[in-house]
Amino acid sequence: MASNTIKFEKLPDRLPPSNTVGWMAWVKTNLFGSISNTLITLLVFYLIFLYIPPFIEWAFINANFSGSDRSVCDENKAGACWTFVKVRFDQLLFGLYFATNPDQMWRPIIAFIGFFGLLIPLMIDKTPHKKWLLITLLTIFPVFFLLIVRGGVFGIPDSDPSQWGGLLLTFTLAFVGIILALPLGILLALGRRSKMPVVKSFSIIYIEFWRGTPLITILFMASVMLPLFFPSGVEFDKVVRAMIGITLFQSAYTAEAVRGGLQAIDKGQSEASMALGMGYWQQTIFIILPQALKISIPSIVNTFIALFKDTSLVSIIGLLDLLKIAQNSSRSLDWNGYDIEAYMFAGIVFWIFCFGMSMYSQRLEKKLDTDRRE
Amino acid sequence: MTNNQAETMNDDSTIISISKLNKWYGNFHALKDIDLSVNKTEKIVICGPSGSGKSTLIRCINRLEVHQEGSIIVDGVELNDDVKHINEIRSEVGMVFQHFNLFPHLTVLENCTLAPIWVRKKSRNEANHMAMELLEKVRIPDQADKYPGQLSGGQQQRVAIARALCMQPRVMLFDEPTSALDPEMIKEVLETMIELAESGMTMIVVTHEMGFANKVADRIIFMDEGQIVEQNDPETFFNNPESDRTKLFLSQILDH
Repeated sequence: MASNTIKFEKLPDRLPPSNTVGWMAWVKTNLFGSISNTLITLLVFYLIFLYIPPFIEWAFINANFSGSDRSVCDENKAGACWTFVKVRFDQLLFGLYFATNPDQMWRPIIAFIGFFGLLIPLMIDKTPHKKWLLITLLTIFPVFFLLIVRGGVFGIPDSDPSQWGGLLLTFTLAFVGIILALPLGILLALGRRSKMPVVKSFSIIYIEFWRGTPLITILFMASVMLPLFFPSGVEFDKVVRAMIGITLFQSAYTAEAVRGGLQAIDKGQSEASMALGMGYWQQTIFIILPQALKISIPSIVNTFIALFKDTSLVSIIGLLDLLKIAQNSSRSLDWNGYDIEAYMFAGIVFWIFCFGMSMYSQRLEKKLDTDRRE
Repeated sequence: MTNNQAETMNDDSTIISISKLNKWYGNFHALKDIDLSVNKTEKIVICGPSGSGKSTLIRCINRLEVHQEGSIIVDGVELNDDVKHINEIRSEVGMVFQHFNLFPHLTVLENCTLAPIWVRKKSRNEANHMAMELLEKVRIPDQADKYPGQLSGGQQQRVAIARALCMQPRVMLFDEPTSALDPEMIKEVLETMIELAESGMTMIVVTHEMGFANKVADRIIFMDEGQIVEQNDPETFFNNPESDRTKLFLSQILDH
């Protein structure tokens, strides 16, 4: 028998044919693969050609950057009036209080520097002691922020939060909303899947109630009704009321995003951890949540991006967030008529931060993806 | 000490004793009056057609399934609703699943050390040391820092065995450990299990691998319709089965 056996030999691996790789092949298959594909490609190129150059001309080439009042822009209507944004920049970023008290502007600036100084290293993979940075960001930073931006202690003048505005307010509301809604949302999602009827019904009622109510209504109610529930001595300022409303609303959405992740986890995971003797919280913290949160990153970040943009609804209770203050500025006597620039500036700032969140979430997904084979 | 503990102390060699066990899923009667006692170091293979209740039976032993009637006493502790008892028994009883159920977000080493550290309260050093020893026993110490997704099915199942052994269990349950494996990987897992059997571990194995049963089992249990139809040593079981149901089963799986 042995002498008749044919020896198995592995053939060497070869490269794919050259006309199926490289950019030429990509263009050919993806842009001009069929007649309809070719037509769509040509149409899109035509539209780009039609609209992009005039826009660039308006926004950059003919735009006004110099001067300190509207006279420059009024003389040259062919370009955008960025002078307006330049002159009103302090107001757009920090709101009325700090714009009218330029000597206090260092306070929000330091707060922003502190925030990004903590956040950016957290997003870089190689940073050491990330855990402590995160703890600082979540505990010490908010206190520091309150001390320095709100003031009223250590001889720092009190800045009335209802006079905060612009990006500062947008950021504060979004940060508080995100930081508080995530843990609340996780607990609610776990509660909704709990076997204990009371916990389960509470979570369902909570989630369905807040999810079914428009944020505008909630903000309005928080502003008008919340004071009624507390004894007359207790008063929250408008910003705190908005924070409470946003957090209650946001936690319901976050809960549903997290629940999606929890449902995707195979039952075998909790069985295996039970079989090893782990209790409910050990299973949840070490096995279930890390996997569930990883799966729900896209939908959690989706709700965060929505929240970041939704903060502009606080204008309904008289707070001047970035969008509202931009709008107001463009309607002031000094700059009446320059709405497009105002909205475009606000839009770009919103886009930068939302896109940043989106990019980071994609990186995080890739980093946490341990399922792939290598 | 509870009464149950005192009762089982009488017979030193018994580690699991199940009596009059009944289990329903809704109205479906899944296990009917099961009596089974397992001695220390005994190797039991449970076989039978699908839906016969074999997996349900061993899953009752570590309370992955809740039984409604009868009693299960493991190592002197009775399984009931007391969470303390349940976790005590679970940390004494290791389990290996058909689909491995490794934790995909943890490395092989972390899979093995998580429960010893948090349930057994061992130091990280001690847990790492023991995990590496066991990974060497199942012959994959070089994969310790990889993630489960990077391993073959056979390797994953051997990690799962090592993970269960890291808790230093007194009994090991295997729920069809080779059914989800490619044919070429069944052998490496069975070999690991044979070595474990030779080391004196008490094992209850649900499997269709009759070669393994013949070689390792002290006793083979045949189940159908939620009942124990027959239990015998391998010699008698394969050559002189008592029940006609067993004969039919054996002819179905062996004759081809």
